[in-house]
Amino acid sequence: MSQPLGSFPGGLKLAGQKKRSTQTPIRKMPLSEQLILPLQQHIGAAAVPIVKVGDKVLKGQRIATPNGHVSVALHAPSSGVVTAIEDKPIPHPSGLSAPCIIIDTDGEDQWIERKVTEDFTQCTDHDVRQIIRDAGIVGLGGAGFPSFIKLNPGIHHHVDTLILNGAECEPYITCDDMLLRERSQGILDGIEIMQHALRVNNCVIAIEDNKPEAISAMELALASRSHLTSTSVMVIPTRYPTGSEKQLIQVVTGKQVPKSGLPIDIGIVLHNVGTAYAVGRAIKHGEPLISRIVTVTGTDVKHAGNFETLFGTPIHELLSFCETKRQQGEPFIQGGPMMGYNLAGDNLPVTKTANCILVGVDNATQANDPLPCIRCGDCAAACPVSLLPQQLYWHSRAKDLEKTQEYNLFDCIECGCCSYVCPSEIPLVQYFRFAKTETMNQEQERKKSDAARIRHENRQERQERERVEKAEKQRKRKAALAATKAAKAKKDAELAAAEAAKDSSEPATDNDAEK
Amino acid sequence: MFRLSPPFLSGTRRVTLHMMQLLLALVPALIALVFFFGPGVLINISLAVVTALATEAVMLKLRNRPLKPFLTDGSAIVTAVLLAMAIPPLSPWWITVVGIVFAIVFAKHLFGGLGYNPFNPAMVAYVLLLLSFPLEMTTWLPAAGLAEQALTFGSAFELIFNGQLANGAAIDTLSGATPLDAMKTQIGLAQLPSFIIEQPLFGIFGGLGWEWINIWFAIGGLYLMYQRVISWHIPVAMLTGLLTISSITYLISPESAASPLFHLLSGGTMIGAFFIATDPVTATTTIKGRLIFGAGVGLLTYIIRAWGGYPDGIAFAILLMNMLVPLIDYYTQPKVYGSLKS
Repeated sequence: MSQPLGSFPGGLKLAGQKKRSTQTPIRKMPLSEQLILPLQQHIGAAAVPIVKVGDKVLKGQRIATPNGHVSVALHAPSSGVVTAIEDKPIPHPSGLSAPCIIIDTDGEDQWIERKVTEDFTQCTDHDVRQIIRDAGIVGLGGAGFPSFIKLNPGIHHHVDTLILNGAECEPYITCDDMLLRERSQGILDGIEIMQHALRVNNCVIAIEDNKPEAISAMELALASRSHLTSTSVMVIPTRYPTGSEKQLIQVVTGKQVPKSGLPIDIGIVLHNVGTAYAVGRAIKHGEPLISRIVTVTGTDVKHAGNFETLFGTPIHELLSFCETKRQQGEPFIQGGPMMGYNLAGDNLPVTKTANCILVGVDNATQANDPLPCIRCGDCAAACPVSLLPQQLYWHSRAKDLEKTQEYNLFDCIECGCCSYVCPSEIPLVQYFRFAKTETMNQEQERKKSDAARIRHENRQERQERERVEKAEKQRKRKAALAATKAAKAKKDAELAAAEAAKDSSEPATDNDAEK
Repeated sequence: MFRLSPPFLSGTRRVTLHMMQLLLALVPALIALVFFFGPGVLINISLAVVTALATEAVMLKLRNRPLKPFLTDGSAIVTAVLLAMAIPPLSPWWITVVGIVFAIVFAKHLFGGLGYNPFNPAMVAYVLLLLSFPLEMTTWLPAAGLAEQALTFGSAFELIFNGQLANGAAIDTLSGATPLDAMKTQIGLAQLPSFIIEQPLFGIFGGLGWEWINIWFAIGGLYLMYQRVISWHIPVAMLTGLLTISSITYLISPESAASPLFHLLSGGTMIGAFFIATDPVTATTTIKGRLIFGAGVGLLTYIIRAWGGYPDGIAFAILLMNMLVPLIDYYTQPKVYGSLKS
């Protein structure tokens, strides 16, 4: 076991509320009759369907292919028939709809032929990444960033340490905890593959000290693989938001990721333990990512627990399976109570990023109308990034976006610590999100207007050039005309002179004029 | 109402709770004030609180703001109590009323109400009163133990509202200079501080009575720190600033400077350090900024006391430092994650 080397400022000690959902082992959620699969369940471009309505698909069959670099494939979670490819409501705070593939399952749950890689060490790191991309694997901690990209250090970086994030710092969520307890060998499979792809030996599996079962399970599993000499479990203090990427790096290594840089810049790659497990399944068992473990918990859930759920399974089926007190149409939270968001729809599907469904929090306090900021500075003391939320709030409220940049708005990780401690109950995170979106919109507007301005300037320049050219042409034409006129006049004069010369006896003057 | 946006959890500290804890922390010093200066301060406080709430209500109404959340946030009451405890306990009633109305209307609401005032309202009012009514504002009774004083609640009431007792005795026949005042005047007359403090007006470390009032203010302040209503930075920086400069001058010329301890335990030092300079709205918010702000208040307090025109300088020092808050805050921003080279 290794010791944490650093810590971060601020943060919160929160009641874990994790017992409720860790009393039973991970259970399999029964197969749903219909699966709704949004084409975009990851950060990046939406996948492109490669099936059409009416197609029969098998479990694990690829139904959509990556579109561009930052994108991953999508697979049928069970066998059945594609009945529609259309817009459906997706689990997103906006409540918007997005293109989905809908599969009516046939109940056979029949697998497509799985290609098992017996010895991944024979594969090149490129091949490993390709398999992972084709398996549709994204970060399962909640963000959903395509994992193969984070397994590609590129030629300019050397990876020093691979960190496995098993912190799970948000209250209520226990899917990683249960995975660590029950499938530690599977996680290690994935870790070995990741180490191979990244060409790195050092690996730290960071777990918060409120998960003793997970820690001992992982250490036991690690003891059985004596060749993993540079891999260790690190027990880190339970504090929110330790599980946030940058904060975890600070805790584990004592180093900070440079501002607007990436962990790879300091030789660190960080993956969630669930992602490692998915990588192991993809390579060693040929199974693409078609399900995940979802924690269903909360004060209104009768049978809280963790459920291995196929993607596309309607969340309301999961909720009724666990017997919640929730009435139809009532909101519930996807994600944790600090960074999750409210969803209200009833036919929303479980997606790759759905780590937790939370119905009812303990000691829920009434949300009062916010009072003015009294500048107490509690928010600044709680901020894990050392921002001054009270100043950011002041400028966000005034829509002074330039000032918010001076106060490092874009370094905010939206962890919600400031809102949590605010004695005036100001929804600070909302203000910061607003200011961020507003800034990005302005940036876009600016770019657009810049483009328009350049276009306009170019046009003016072109017109000016054309005008000058035209004037020049006209001038030339006029000159030519004048010249011809003059010549004609001369000719006329000559003719007249010649006429006259016929009569007179002095023709020599003509020759002089010609000269 | 269900929370509609994250975080869905919330801490338990609230503005109103802050204010109530602050009032609670003032109780020990209040008892000491009553013990040494009679029950007048209680009348002042009641009058101030009623005036403050009424003025606040009128201003909220005029500004079309909801009454309930802002009348119950406790900020007007805190302003009222702090001012009432800072002015002489037998000030005429109109002193209190003028001060409070000015504090709430001009120093608070004209700037935008709770959270928007750049200057501490109680101190703005205190300075206004001191400049406009110097006689009334410096008329303090000599401190006396509760046992030895004859001032009853009734006579205090008469003095505050009638300006004289039933037997015709006016307040100026009872009052005298405060220890800070006496120290300043007599040092000016080339008296040695070591002799000055032999007079009955002075106690063990500072002014008689005043030293205990200051100590009880400090104890209340420690309670606030323990409750995390205030952080240690401003009080510690301010007291350190005051202690440092007074120690230096005391070491250089003990014949013309009062002892550092006298400065720490006289006048408004402790109420200023723990209750007024720490007003979150008007103080700096960064850690470094708080240290600078506190030290500045401490230094200015001494400069005004020793070389300025007024015996005490807390109010001026705090207001002057309030002015610098935006500047200090701007230049003392903490280093954001990732900007350190590790």
